[in-house]
Amino acid sequence: MTRYKWRQVPGYVFLTVFSIFSVFPLYFMAVSATNTSQDVLGSRMIPGGNLVQNFTDLLGAADLWSAMLNSALIAVGTTVLALLVSSIAGYGFEIYHSKGKDRLMAVLLLAMMIPFAATMIPLFRLFANIGLLNSTWAVIIPAIATPFLILLFRQASRNFPHEMLEAARLDGLNEVAIFFRIYMPTMRSTYAAAAVITFMAAWNNFLWPKVILLKTEYQTMPMLISNLSAGYVTNYGVLMLAVLLASLPTMVIFLILQRSFAAGMTGAIK
Amino acid sequence: MSSTTAEGAMVASAPAPRKRRMLPSQRHNLTGWVFLIPAALLILITSFWPMFEALLLSMQTGKGTNLNWAEPLWYNYARLFQDTTFKLTLGNTFVYLIIQVPIMLVLALVLANLLNNPNLRWKGLWRTAIFLPCAVSLVSYSLVFRTMFATDGFVNDMLMGMNLIGEPINWLGQTGTARFVLILGLVWRWTGYNMVFYLAALQNIDHSSIEAARVDGANSWRTFWYVTVPQLKPMILLTAIMSTNGTLQLFDESFNLTRGGPAYTTMTMSHYLYELSFQKNPNIGYGSALSYVILILVAVLALVQMKVGDKRD
Repeated sequence: MTRYKWRQVPGYVFLTVFSIFSVFPLYFMAVSATNTSQDVLGSRMIPGGNLVQNFTDLLGAADLWSAMLNSALIAVGTTVLALLVSSIAGYGFEIYHSKGKDRLMAVLLLAMMIPFAATMIPLFRLFANIGLLNSTWAVIIPAIATPFLILLFRQASRNFPHEMLEAARLDGLNEVAIFFRIYMPTMRSTYAAAAVITFMAAWNNFLWPKVILLKTEYQTMPMLISNLSAGYVTNYGVLMLAVLLASLPTMVIFLILQRSFAAGMTGAIK
Repeated sequence: MSSTTAEGAMVASAPAPRKRRMLPSQRHNLTGWVFLIPAALLILITSFWPMFEALLLSMQTGKGTNLNWAEPLWYNYARLFQDTTFKLTLGNTFVYLIIQVPIMLVLALVLANLLNNPNLRWKGLWRTAIFLPCAVSLVSYSLVFRTMFATDGFVNDMLMGMNLIGEPINWLGQTGTARFVLILGLVWRWTGYNMVFYLAALQNIDHSSIEAARVDGANSWRTFWYVTVPQLKPMILLTAIMSTNGTLQLFDESFNLTRGGPAYTTMTMSHYLYELSFQKNPNIGYGSALSYVILILVAVLALVQMKVGDKRD
């Protein structure tokens, strides 16, 4: 037994080193948010007393509240609409299964392999033509129906008990009511997983919002921190505070719902 | 409406769909179509149609909305392969692909294998710590790494404090070190992500095969390599394809961490595409040609990986 324990030592060492490597940049970010720019560069690795000053300076340098609001609107709007539209589609593909639907699903899955780069220019032209430049909708609409989420719900629907469907039909519920009143509450954990990954992806998205939201007043949090670092003189304390604030919502969600996040990532491939 | 009538005809000849006995099958089938049509239409409008339009645009030249067919049609593509900046960004992207993806996937495999040991202590702690980088956005971590690797920043301070270097390194100002920082950042952000995929796959593999190998006297390394890894092959293939796809589309890190510099030597193809299409003098025909090169590379590399993955059975 002791020999077995000794054999485990390299594993523990490796896990320790890799965990420190993984957590340290986030510790650096959090601590630096409370320090002055000089202290950040001077590698002060303990919390300082400059948090309030950094926050005041940040409010002076950028419109933090509007960026927070824009990001929240986009992330919440995308999550609600994507869950609704993609889950009902995944449900339709599995529960009302037919040859034609299987063929369509195979075609839709191909869209997963289309790089965003290859659709970005026409999408920009499309949204500019219909007057949605600088609109929250232009950010939300392309993220509502994703093959990934449809697949996630289609796979999860395989475990949905058919007896519940039949019982609901015997009770006289119509097909739409069955989806909203029976399926949705039953599949709570799948919805949680889908909500976590969709919210985090929407909150963190950078390229498309940057392309379509051209005015500063519409900028999202990732755009705000990117612009903040692009100035000639960077105040590192202020920058790290802004990065911390941009990361806080997704970090909190991650720490509370880590299992749902992992389930959402891997759920579609089972 | 045309799709529903087409489907009606299709169903008549197709084998009976499941649960035909519960409702008249045509009505049942139609309900399913109504449920999935909104999502299918959205994917058509926001993915397939733009992909087709980009192909048409890639064969046009001109400024702004004043576009004409190129003479010859492949003019933009021919120009692209004369473009030294494009060739540089293509090379950079492949440097990241060839160095970073294998390192990351091997690390993720080793970590997942360690965490899968039933006797390991503090499993949740290790898992959370290694998975945690996935909680922050690509822009956020790019800026944290940019700050840590500033010439007068933390990393140089530490290395000089330990007497490993005599004077500060200009990490982001030199090609080799800037690429190193970008690759390090990618490994930091995505290793835990891939580890979670392997952990999910390890839960489904037959644990008795691992025990059997141990009983037969195989050491843990041989057990890992000859028993665990072959069973994880489908998942390794999937993560390889996803990572390749992601690497070919790298943008946020190139834009925020290294800003493509010095002199374009760390810039990715998507970053160059952004510069061509939306900055300076936008040239969307030329940009579309570049976007199609990315599309073709994604498709070709995915097919190659699937072929290679199949052969090793």
